[in-house]
Amino acid sequence: MASLKDLKNRIASVKATQKITKAMKMVAAAKLRRAQDAAEAGRPYAERMGIVLGNLAAGFEGRDDAPKLMTGTGQDQIHLLLVCTAERGLCGGFNSSIARLAREYADKLLSEGKTVKIVTVGKKGHDALKRGYGQYIVENIELRGLKSIEFSDTKQIGDLVMGMFQDEKFDVCTLFYAQFQSVISQVPTAKQLIPAQFEAKDEAEDGSSEDALYEYEPGEQEILETLLPRNIAIQIFSAILENGASEQGARMAAMDSATRNAGEMIDKLTTTYNRQRQAQITTELIEIIAGAEAL
Amino acid sequence: MAEAFQFELVSPERLLLSARVTDVIVPGTEGEFGVGAGHSPFLSTMRPGVVKALSEDGSKHEYFVRGGFADVSASGMTVLAEQAIPMADLDAGYIAQQIQDASEDVADAKDEDARQAARLVLSQLSELQAALKAA
Repeated sequence: MASLKDLKNRIASVKATQKITKAMKMVAAAKLRRAQDAAEAGRPYAERMGIVLGNLAAGFEGRDDAPKLMTGTGQDQIHLLLVCTAERGLCGGFNSSIARLAREYADKLLSEGKTVKIVTVGKKGHDALKRGYGQYIVENIELRGLKSIEFSDTKQIGDLVMGMFQDEKFDVCTLFYAQFQSVISQVPTAKQLIPAQFEAKDEAEDGSSEDALYEYEPGEQEILETLLPRNIAIQIFSAILENGASEQGARMAAMDSATRNAGEMIDKLTTTYNRQRQAQITTELIEIIAGAEAL
Repeated sequence: MAEAFQFELVSPERLLLSARVTDVIVPGTEGEFGVGAGHSPFLSTMRPGVVKALSEDGSKHEYFVRGGFADVSASGMTVLAEQAIPMADLDAGYIAQQIQDASEDVADAKDEDARQAARLVLSQLSELQAALKAA
């Protein structure tokens, strides 16, 4: 059985841990607010972009001269998985759930005989996929040390993906990230980037004949060609923003439960400590009384 | 007074302006154009320049934008800028920095197409700088 001194030391160390987890929770809560604001502020742009592109793309439906980014290369042999995770750990199941989704997806593709290439964004995802999938990883991008992520920071990722597509290094690109829903729920999501997919547009909103009258400057084709690569960069950007909010949410929840857990442990240890102290006092008393009686 | 319509200016980072306006002037790739209420549906890319919007209450909004596109539809107008900064926050130093970046792009360009594109951006920026100086 542990001695009183040992118990005292353990209580002290659990208390110290609790202080750390509590501080981390506070930090995560503060960062979450900022990340959430950033994610929400980025949404209008991405949404607008989706609407405009959806309208444009509808006009190209089934045409031969539609850009490759929309129609794909006509094959789906080589798949590129773009896995976005966090730079840091200690955020519950955040990183591992994204990695698991990517792994399952990769397994499925591999069993179908497809070729898989992986680009990881964030250190943790790279660490998680290195084991077992290391030979598929073609690139690892780290966004370490950036206080707040700006569009220009993620543009390099978009450029990389575009460059690889133009060199015909893959046919289909899928983006993995965690969609932020609330502090306690982040949904790992897989989204197909290339060929681009558009949600069916809402015909009821302002009449379906409207886009037929659209005028384009310069041409329809040119606009689509500049927009599609930009759309890729935007999609990646908003995924990373969502990820940022999700990460902080997950960390906050994880640290909250760690703090609570430490509290429970302290309570239990304190009870044991008190009981043992009393037992010791009783033993000492018995010894004294026994000694006195023996006289 | 002219009829007002909904105008939104967004950059990837945030929504900069959402207001009822009567007139908007946009630097399109093929020339500056103005938009009023009831404009026919129109989509244009933009060159670096200044977006001017005159809001319903008479106040004027000016933003420096770099790249992006403008979308005019029946429900309103949206400018999606790759970068947008209020004119009040803009100074000559910022433009000078942009010009320097652009000239580095020209120097770094790998092929003729990229160099051409970078040179175009550079010339547009220089034009803008001259215009700002004159103002």
